[in-house]
Amino acid sequence: MYILSVCGMGFGTSLMLLMDIQAMAKEHGYTVDGEASDLGSAKGKNCSFMVASSEIASELSGESVPVISIDNLLDKNEIKEKVLPIIEKLSKE
Amino acid sequence: MSLLREEAVLLDAEVSDAVEAILLSGDLLVKAGYASEEYTYAMIEGFQNVGPYIVIAPGIAIPHSRPERGAIATGFSLLRLKKPIEFGHEKNDPVNLVCAITGIGNNGHVEMLQKIATVLGDQRTHEQILKASNYTELSKIITI
Repeated sequence: MYILSVCGMGFGTSLMLLMDIQAMAKEHGYTVDGEASDLGSAKGKNCSFMVASSEIASELSGESVPVISIDNLLDKNEIKEKVLPIIEKLSKE
Repeated sequence: MSLLREEAVLLDAEVSDAVEAILLSGDLLVKAGYASEEYTYAMIEGFQNVGPYIVIAPGIAIPHSRPERGAIATGFSLLRLKKPIEFGHEKNDPVNLVCAITGIGNNGHVEMLQKIATVLGDQRTHEQILKASNYTELSKIITI
């Protein structure tokens, strides 16, 4: 599975989010590949799902892949509760 | 040694809007030798172009920009606002802490972000920062 983490500029919060997700996935026995991207280049990109802060996620509503919206990027529980189920689901497909 | 330099801290600043808050947080980076003035303008430009997503958690904004836009060293500044300010974020407004971040190299700013995230992600630490009365107290709370 390949995920895209998205923020306004594509190098700060999105990278932090990607690393948090990869670490969380690893703890649960999954390997997640992905890249951090800025909003402009994220649109239309091929990936399993996208994840972004709620502000950015609302701009990605036209995407064909699921877009997960995170309100509090510092809350590891919120990230786990929202992202782990989709990782588990995709791993079974 | 703490990465939090005294010159990079300003407590209970009074600002009228988000841009002024980012400008002040950038001035602190310049004073502490972490960035040039160009970096401050790059942070404001980023905020104006891509909006309030820098409010990454309730009450916390982390303005930042690319290393090549004037970062000199990896570091951060801490601006505590006397009155919380609206940044335009649907869920995490109003902001009471502004932590501008600089990094050098490809990943310097991300390491900095993760350190800040560890500190500010703890609700109790956030509250302690809001209550601290001076730099000495702050430096005991923020030990990165």
